[in-house]
Amino acid sequence: MPRIAVIKFPGTNCDEDVVNAFKRIGSSVEAKVVWYKEFNEKDWDAIIIPGGFSYGDWLRAGAIAARTHTMEKIRRSVEKGIPVLGICNGFQILVEAGLLPGALLPNEHGKFVCRWTRTVIENPKGPWLTLASSGEELDMPVAHGEGRFYIDYESYSLLEKESSILRYMKGYNPNGSIYDVAGITSRDGLVFGLMPHPERAVGRELVPRGFNPGGEVVFRSIEFSLKKGW
Amino acid sequence: MPLFKVGVVVTYKRELRDPEGETIRRDLLLKTGYDRVASVRTGKYFEFYVNTNSPEEALSYIKEMCSKLRIFNPIVHVLEVVNIAEDSSN
Repeated sequence: MPRIAVIKFPGTNCDEDVVNAFKRIGSSVEAKVVWYKEFNEKDWDAIIIPGGFSYGDWLRAGAIAARTHTMEKIRRSVEKGIPVLGICNGFQILVEAGLLPGALLPNEHGKFVCRWTRTVIENPKGPWLTLASSGEELDMPVAHGEGRFYIDYESYSLLEKESSILRYMKGYNPNGSIYDVAGITSRDGLVFGLMPHPERAVGRELVPRGFNPGGEVVFRSIEFSLKKGW
Repeated sequence: MPLFKVGVVVTYKRELRDPEGETIRRDLLLKTGYDRVASVRTGKYFEFYVNTNSPEEALSYIKEMCSKLRIFNPIVHVLEVVNIAEDSSN
């Protein structure tokens, strides 16, 4: 059975929700919360860095976690072909660690934002998006203070050519992200980071009327990928 | 070995919007009549106390550390050393 590590840094608070998301979709993968100091790279088939406020968001959201020994191990895992997903603070950590390009800045309106958004996945690739189709609408809620994606034009052009981009639909950009970017993958799709919370968009009872459970495809995809390849 | 104080300021690049500065101007300065302030930019100030033989050495040590550990993010930030002095407080 595939094993997925859900990494908990001091201040991470969405770890149990991620484990629960796999249960809600009836997945048979073994997803477990792993304290960052106890993470052993050899034990896991995939890694999820969940949301929260690692190290109290001090210095910048994700900046301190990005320099931990655990992130060095995760970098080595990526080099060996282990899939890594970063949600919200996890996305911030991946960007700060340089595993994904760009930066995440304080929201343009200067406020913490917590609401449902509509996003569209473009050019889905890699193990986290195996079951998604290009142009598919994925609805998920966001909850963050520093989610304004920024990237220079040259790097963005590469991203558009080679990676998957999760984009806020018109009218749903909650933070002033450049090009409405909500999430991105690495060139091979192995690393996926996004500001919205897929674990909060699983199963009808979590989803408000008029929205779809857009997080399910991420959890179904990784189970499929780890069993059958991608 | 002498102790040097190195003061460093990290700000956003000019072309990037600074919501904190904008809010301070719009919701505090303009509302209280300080309308001659055309723009506000905010940043973060760090004071590093470092044991080195010279101020030059202190400067290069701190600059390298800030880059290596990403105390500032070169994609979006500018780092400026604003003061350096031998610490005489001890």
